[in-house]
Amino acid sequence: MIKNFWKRKHIVELFVKLVMMFSIALVGGSLLLILATVVARGLPALTWEMVSQTPKGGFYMGKGGGVLNAILGSLYLAGGGTALALALSLPMALVLKTYLGDSKAGSLVRLSLDVLWGIPTIVYGAFGFAVMILLGMRSSLLAGILILSLVELPIMTRAMDEVIRRMPKGLEHAALALGSTKLEVATKVVVPQMLPGIITAILLAFGRGIGDAASVLFTAGYTDRLPSSLMSPTASLPLAVFFQLSTPYPAVRERGYASALILTIVVLVVSFGSRALSAKLSKYTVK
Amino acid sequence: MIPPIGSSTTGATGWQPQPVALARAKSNERARKIFLGFTALPVVLILLVTLGLLIRSWPILSTYPLQDLLFGEVWKPSKMLFGLLPFITGTVWITAVGVLISVPPCLLVAIYLSEYAHDSTRSFIRPILDLLAAIPSVVFGVWGLVTIVPFVESTVMPFAKAAFPYIPFLKVDQPTGFSVLSGGLVLAVMIAPLLISVVYEVLLTVPNDLRRASLAIGATQWETIRRVLIPQVLPGIIAAVVLGASRALGETIAVLMVVGNVPQIPTSIFDAAYPLPALIANNYGEMMSIPLYDSALLGAALILLIIILIFNVLSVIVLQRVKQRKWE
Repeated sequence: MIKNFWKRKHIVELFVKLVMMFSIALVGGSLLLILATVVARGLPALTWEMVSQTPKGGFYMGKGGGVLNAILGSLYLAGGGTALALALSLPMALVLKTYLGDSKAGSLVRLSLDVLWGIPTIVYGAFGFAVMILLGMRSSLLAGILILSLVELPIMTRAMDEVIRRMPKGLEHAALALGSTKLEVATKVVVPQMLPGIITAILLAFGRGIGDAASVLFTAGYTDRLPSSLMSPTASLPLAVFFQLSTPYPAVRERGYASALILTIVVLVVSFGSRALSAKLSKYTVK
Repeated sequence: MIPPIGSSTTGATGWQPQPVALARAKSNERARKIFLGFTALPVVLILLVTLGLLIRSWPILSTYPLQDLLFGEVWKPSKMLFGLLPFITGTVWITAVGVLISVPPCLLVAIYLSEYAHDSTRSFIRPILDLLAAIPSVVFGVWGLVTIVPFVESTVMPFAKAAFPYIPFLKVDQPTGFSVLSGGLVLAVMIAPLLISVVYEVLLTVPNDLRRASLAIGATQWETIRRVLIPQVLPGIIAAVVLGASRALGETIAVLMVVGNVPQIPTSIFDAAYPLPALIANNYGEMMSIPLYDSALLGAALILLIIILIFNVLSVIVLQRVKQRKWE
């Protein structure tokens, strides 16, 4: 045993394992480093004023105010986008499960969803703006919501599809054997049973939507006022971060870091919240 | 004798569907038709976006020959010069550097997760990857701006200057850390969760019998991975890398914040670059007074979209095949 242990291949094995550990540390370390950077830079400038007020005159030269316009705007944009995406993606995910299954058509739909997921958000943004020019629309909350729902649609549908596919076959068969139609299976068995996963998918898409800058850059525009109607331009947090960091004034840049911290907190809360919520809800499902 | 259940439907005339059952069947049929309509949506959307960009960039595509746009080196919209080569090469450089940095550690992490890790380790690493995937790209940009750019500027560049002064692609020609390397480093971290989870899923498709057979004849675990598993799933791994690259190609805000945005053809990883998405983000929506300008920018978006669509379709098809593979 001992004699064999120091063969070349065992040394290689040990070495490879060490490199793997190092790689994991690298990935985990980058996450920690990102979070630490954002907290360390953002916390000093994070005041109550930042989250409770809209920008005052001269905000972008270092005068008073906060980014409430961007916080609310982002919530409206991502909320609206998520609601719209949900209205389309839940039926789509149910169809994929009940009527298409693993058929050729099903793979084609999944393929196209995956491809749609891969389209960069800047392309959606440019496309959306081109359509807006065509229709004579100005940048507005509505346009931002529409484009964000396009961005979120494939993410939400594929995430739902993945959880719904994992539903125990027995449940579906039992319902069908009792005489349910496929529609009834979808609405009365699949949805309640897979609710935790569906909520995770919704919140995942919401997190993506709220963090995306490139798609709302042209479509939702930016304003210092609170969003008042669907047709008025709307600020968003990612763009608030971006614009504040593009200025030469240190005080404004500091607030850019604080805005980045706010955005990170929102995203982390959504991410952890979805995990906790789905864990709580999964108590009520059949295993 | 047991009386038949629902005896009204089992009379001498045979089975008659009850009105309720009929209504249910009808609503099922209606739902099927409506729902199936929904599933055409993704394909329609892809076609719509491509077609929309094609139509809007047609003015420039029809005025200039394609090679002037793709291989023209000068971008001066005010002088009607729309050469996209600096931006295309910039995108390629940044993506290549990002993928090259990201792939080795990500492969190892994925292999570790599928081959070595206990369930407890897995459930510890999973949330890390989820969180990394959830961080918005502008936050990656902030991180790059605050940490990566100064690091490249103060540590990597002086080192490269001293250690490799004669290697062309490591030449230091500018003083700041806003460079291809910074963009690549940020991208490397951004695509890591995707790369790791796709490679991990690919590895999970290999049946355990293959591993056991190899281990049983005395191979170490690493030998099993290198000689048995990786050759079996190589197409899947390549597809995962291509998928990661396509994600990196379209990344906008984070890259835009750290690469310097100088419209030149980079020749070294320490040169500033100006990738296609950054070009669109910085200029679109303004300066519409210059004729053909917005058409040229949408042309840039179209080029980006077509490259990414090709990458995506190929890799997604390969991954679907890998996952549905029947093992004898």
